[in-house]
Amino acid sequence: MSLGTVLVSEEGIRKDGRKLNELRPMKLEVGILSNADGSAYVEQGKNKILAAVYGPREVHPRHLALPDRAVLQCRYHMAPFSVEERKSPAPSRREVELSKVIREALEPAVFLEKFPRTSIDVFIEVLQADGGTRCAGVTVASLALADAGIPMRDLVAACAAGKAGGHLVLDLNDLEDKEGEADVPVAYMPNYGAVALLQMDGLLTIEEFKQTMDLALEGCKQVYGLQKEALKAKYLAVRAEVEEVEEE
Amino acid sequence: MTSIMVSRIRQKQIAQLIASGKRLDGRELNEYRPIQIEAGIIEKAEGSAKVRLGRTEVMVGVKIGTGEPFSDRPNDGVLTVNSEFVPLASPEFEAGPPGEESMELARVVDRGVRESKAIDLEKLCIIPGKKVFVVFVDVYVLNHDGNLIDASALATLAALMNTKVFRYELKDGEVEKKPGFVALPMKNYPVAVTFADISGKLVVDPWLDEEEVMDARLTISIDKDGRICAMQKGGTGTLSPQQVIEVAHVAEEKAKELRGLVVKS
Repeated sequence: MSLGTVLVSEEGIRKDGRKLNELRPMKLEVGILSNADGSAYVEQGKNKILAAVYGPREVHPRHLALPDRAVLQCRYHMAPFSVEERKSPAPSRREVELSKVIREALEPAVFLEKFPRTSIDVFIEVLQADGGTRCAGVTVASLALADAGIPMRDLVAACAAGKAGGHLVLDLNDLEDKEGEADVPVAYMPNYGAVALLQMDGLLTIEEFKQTMDLALEGCKQVYGLQKEALKAKYLAVRAEVEEVEEE
Repeated sequence: MTSIMVSRIRQKQIAQLIASGKRLDGRELNEYRPIQIEAGIIEKAEGSAKVRLGRTEVMVGVKIGTGEPFSDRPNDGVLTVNSEFVPLASPEFEAGPPGEESMELARVVDRGVRESKAIDLEKLCIIPGKKVFVVFVDVYVLNHDGNLIDASALATLAALMNTKVFRYELKDGEVEKKPGFVALPMKNYPVAVTFADISGKLVVDPWLDEEEVMDARLTISIDKDGRICAMQKGGTGTLSPQQVIEVAHVAEEKAKELRGLVVKS
């Protein structure tokens, strides 16, 4: 699979300068779109992803409504300019599948039974993609849900690990994803020890898979820490604003 | 998981039985339903197979065409997997464009075949960068009684193994068919093993009623050397990391069983 690119140097340093178990620099912001009930933005390496949550609100189409809980609807979508070659804006099969697995990763975290006959709509827009967008999508969508004030059991943190250049690595970028040997995206609720999303492609022995999943879970825990900081930062900013007004 | 198909009382019964290590249809927790594989049943298709997994029935047809390679893989043939939930297969299926479930099914089957490099795509190149063979795999669900993924992956493998590619010669850059065929070049033999999480236990090969009760689903595709080549969690529940590792070992065992059945057919 390797096309002669050296993904990991002899010193164990990756093409983008990271160590094997190092995340890409990650910036998370909460509450950035004024129309949405909740929103968040993430930059992870070159990934730039926006998420917005609307709801609980009326269900469209209406027949989807459930008598005993809310429905969670999720759309993962990539902007046409987010990748090297323009992507048609119509949803691809990949986007349909990812919308499904992301929804199924978020659902266990949300107390849907609190809002019967309503819909909670999650929109994820990938503005720039550089590998690992489904994980970053879960991470940022779970923040947007929290920002919308929707009661949750835990935040869902996501991170991939995999094998590239013969080494097990954390948080694969696009190059490592395309030319590496395997990719294992994982979403995790650390407080519950619960895996909410798990996929794999590539080839790994069972032992390698075990180590890769452990590595991904460690990554999820780091992401979880950043998520909590980002949420706190939003409320600290609100407090600072209020105090300023009071002083005047 | 509410459904009009399985009453609440039956759901409860299924869940309680599994909690005590039993299943409503009398199977062991890691036992498959009876499997029948028939290969080469559609003469007009270059490859075909039908799999019966209990009452679940899936047919796979393989057609071979020619087309342009992907720009990033100029020397490789092209594999496309598509699935149809035909309305005759279940009262819940409707005619129309493929839904989410159908696309997921096709993509999970595709991933198993692609990532294990089951087909030797390099051997399907006709003119590098210009013309290659295209392998169209169409999964046709005929009767839905649960675990469509394993049935489809099995039928796909069986169909690919009896797929023949027409002989050809090039005339002015155009492909002209010649009489006779060669076997589709295969390098690996992946099978999918699916588990359902019910009452905290992972049971293999869920039938439809169990799928209505399950919290989460996990599919593990295993290649001929016992390596994992694809994985997919489904459903709105969660799994613990320990559960996943445990069933990876079970999947390896079960995969050997399944692969044995395909080779026999």
